[in-house]
Amino acid sequence: MTQPMRLDSGGDIVRDKPLGISFDGRELEGFEGDTVASILVANSVRVCARSIYAGRPRGLMSSGPEEANVFVQVVSGAGEPMVRATEIEAYDGLVVESLASKGKLPELPDTSRYDKRFIHVETLIVGGGRSGQAVAAEAARAGDRVLIVHDRPTLARGEGGEALAGVEGLTILTRTTATGLHEHGYVVAVERRTDHLALPPATWSRQRLWNIRARQIVLATGAHERPIAFAGSDVPGVMLAASALDYVTRFGVKPGKRAVVFGCHDGAIDAARALAEAGVEIARVVDARQETTTDRVVVGTETAADGTLSAAIIRGPDGSMETVACDLLAVSGGWNPALQLYTHTGGRTRWSDEAAAFVPAAGPEQVRVVGRATGEFAAGLRPRALFCVEGHDSSPAEIFLDLQRDATLADLRRAVAAGMRSVEHVKRYTTISTAADQGRSSSVLTVGVLCQELGVPMTDGVTTTYRPPYTPISFALLAGRDYGQLADPERISSIHDWHVARGAVFEDVGQWKRPWYFPAFEAELLHDAVARECAAVRTSVGVMDASTLGKIELQGGDCGEFLDRVYTNLMSSLAVGKVRYGVMCGVDGMVLDDGTVARLTDDRWILTTTTGNAAKILDWLEEWLQTEWPELDVRCTSVTEHWATVAVVGPRSRQVVATVAPDLDVSQEAFGFMEWRDAMIGDCPARVMRISFSGELAYEVNVDAWHGQALWEAIYQAGQPYGITPYGTETMHVLRAEKGFPIVGQDTDGTVSPQDLGMGWIVSKKKPDFIGKRSYARSEAAREGRKQLVGLMPLDGSSRLVEGAQLVEAGVDLTRVPVPMVGHVTSAYDSVALGTPFALALLADGAGRHGEELQAVDKLTGIRVRVTSPVPHDPEGVRRDGD
Amino acid sequence: MLRMCCPWCGWRDELEFSYGGEAHVAYPANPAELDDAAWSEYIFFRDNTLGWFRERWAHTAGCRMWFNAIRHTVTNEFAAFYRPGDPVPEMPAEVAR
Ligand SMILES: [Zn+2]
Repeated sequence: MTQPMRLDSGGDIVRDKPLGISFDGRELEGFEGDTVASILVANSVRVCARSIYAGRPRGLMSSGPEEANVFVQVVSGAGEPMVRATEIEAYDGLVVESLASKGKLPELPDTSRYDKRFIHVETLIVGGGRSGQAVAAEAARAGDRVLIVHDRPTLARGEGGEALAGVEGLTILTRTTATGLHEHGYVVAVERRTDHLALPPATWSRQRLWNIRARQIVLATGAHERPIAFAGSDVPGVMLAASALDYVTRFGVKPGKRAVVFGCHDGAIDAARALAEAGVEIARVVDARQETTTDRVVVGTETAADGTLSAAIIRGPDGSMETVACDLLAVSGGWNPALQLYTHTGGRTRWSDEAAAFVPAAGPEQVRVVGRATGEFAAGLRPRALFCVEGHDSSPAEIFLDLQRDATLADLRRAVAAGMRSVEHVKRYTTISTAADQGRSSSVLTVGVLCQELGVPMTDGVTTTYRPPYTPISFALLAGRDYGQLADPERISSIHDWHVARGAVFEDVGQWKRPWYFPAFEAELLHDAVARECAAVRTSVGVMDASTLGKIELQGGDCGEFLDRVYTNLMSSLAVGKVRYGVMCGVDGMVLDDGTVARLTDDRWILTTTTGNAAKILDWLEEWLQTEWPELDVRCTSVTEHWATVAVVGPRSRQVVATVAPDLDVSQEAFGFMEWRDAMIGDCPARVMRISFSGELAYEVNVDAWHGQALWEAIYQAGQPYGITPYGTETMHVLRAEKGFPIVGQDTDGTVSPQDLGMGWIVSKKKPDFIGKRSYARSEAAREGRKQLVGLMPLDGSSRLVEGAQLVEAGVDLTRVPVPMVGHVTSAYDSVALGTPFALALLADGAGRHGEELQAVDKLTGIRVRVTSPVPHDPEGVRRDGD
Repeated sequence: MLRMCCPWCGWRDELEFSYGGEAHVAYPANPAELDDAAWSEYIFFRDNTLGWFRERWAHTAGCRMWFNAIRHTVTNEFAAFYRPGDPVPEMPAEVAR
């Protein structure tokens, strides 16, 4: 017979719409309106899970959000790793599998869509029960925009239903759970839109993340029923009393045939009466309040061969023991107002003896608590606070406090014996309240038992702090549509299409896609391509897309003064038409960024920054201008995207530039190093700068980004007679390292000063002040052992050094730990120009150690290296004007 | 997510702002005259107040202007938002929660 526990009538289910689900491969029947849990109850499936550590059989202990035992893996549809069986709406064809407290990620990628919505209201009501509906109606009539979020499929029926009839200005979100309450009226809620549908419309998002900003937040979140712990209270058949009744009233199913009801407040007695009316035989009602000296209590359970409940063991006031056969033990230890959201932003609760519960004490002004969540209703049930009953022969290891974590009274006692007094410590020591339900059923219980163990009153007890999210939120929902290509913007230069067509291999530099190298044929390896590109630049001419370089234009009469304050060297003396290299430091004197500064007119300047640093440097400049020097007439504008920049580099670059800009006098006399000139390239105005990041004769040609590709193609065409070679960032790095030009962020790490880089020459002695100057007079700047930039060459002329390798003195035994380390490799490359691998490194007192021998250690192998000057190639700088 | 008022643009979500630490820590008028201890104080040390705190914010994803605010570091309430150069508002009396 199917659905043996289904009653002939009653419940909100639709009896003419039958459906079938699969649970662990078993086909089970139910009706529309059922949850997975109510179908399990209807079909008398009593063992629904195994506990995580002890492997004990577990069954449903609730009908709702209190559930701590039966989480299932949803296999059908989009799938979901770990959901309470009590909260899954059944549909025909639903497939779920039982879990031992741990879900598993679905193997296929989730193709569902997830959305975000934003809404502003005067009043937000969390919880669409009767109290919530009443407040909503009142607020809406007063003219508020009102939003109700309700976690069930429909609002509660009954008198509340009419409360909202005809009320305007209401937005109602069902199947929606508020998961976090944050400052200033900000609430996050999750709307589940399709998980209850067998065939969700393809255009629907599966879930929505609601970002709600409300002036007033009303928490009508209700209360969660609290269990009582006793030996064997975890066996299938032991269920919260109100939940047992809920199965009857909402789903028309009986959770048992013969019941013992055990409670300590009027609500439990009422539940017993209602269960009896529904046809459940009530074997005993055990009211723990009846005696003042000794309790009539349930102290244990007996089980059948399948591990399910077969009897309750009751201890009478005189100590007599009675075993009462039953298949349902309905337990209620009282009600915990659901105040998780209330405490998210620092709302505090206090223990109320009247309500035998933690009730709201002091919360944020914007938050109001109504209905069952206030605890007033619990006080009306004349409760007694009862958390745990220990029989004379009960084993504390069988009295479970946290069902999901299999944590017991014995665990709690171990924590107390180890000296724990605070519930926060006990929680961490025992793992109680740290499972997926975040202590919904175990937290207050544990506080109660702890106070009992310590012999202190409950008023001394403090609930643990609840933190968002109230229920787990999937990463997919948080990501929404911002994943894959939309996770982060991809920035490309206006010449990007040419690089793609040419087969460039790209690397990410910040958000930029930059060509890494240009294979000459499909199988050419990085090493070979870079060697070829380097050789071309050093012997003839190469071309590189430098558009990603950060560019900031400054305008105003005080730019010179401003730049004098932010760069270590003098900038105000720069003439129009000239370019100067500069280093910026923090107030601590450490290198922040470097680049070039060009003076365009008297009051217009343009500076460049490292590719990854452009936004940070603009922030830095604006901060000083606004907060320290508002009197300076300077305006900063990011123009990185406005310009395409093509670097033409190598001894033949002069001929190439002369070809594309025939009106430009490129002679050494007319156009010197660190100068810029206006030019026309075809019909396009260009700014040409003689800057070199390789040591070779070089020109950087800037045009409006729109014309970037045309410029590139013109240069590429003009360079054909010289075998012009496009090159990428790897070759750029080798070329600059051969000249000892450091890269900020690679060869520096925020603890390196210009002096440490061997660039003391760029730090002005004459300027009265600039950012960082005072720090060079600190004792720290003068101390011995500062790491300084050096070059390294392998003694054998062939061993490749590794970036990040540690430097160790020659002859030190690497097997005797700790091995004293004196520095590390920051950049390492093979060099065609030098005919050997080489590296840049930061080495303690390195400036005075040129010529000495060290070991560069990687993976316990030391390579013997010679310390050199950090400028191994063309140290005299003769190549910058060409050959 | 906090909600805060840029003195130029009005109320916006925290998302648009970036934090700038303690306010009214001026760049010393003459750094050269400070000894190492005083200079280090300026570079490295900031108050870590429990309670009302004057701090800097920048409307980075908006008008890009810097401003000051008085915030309670426990409750995250704001008591004032003001522009650089404005008269500095009084600290509110501590409210016991
Ligand atoms: Zn603004």
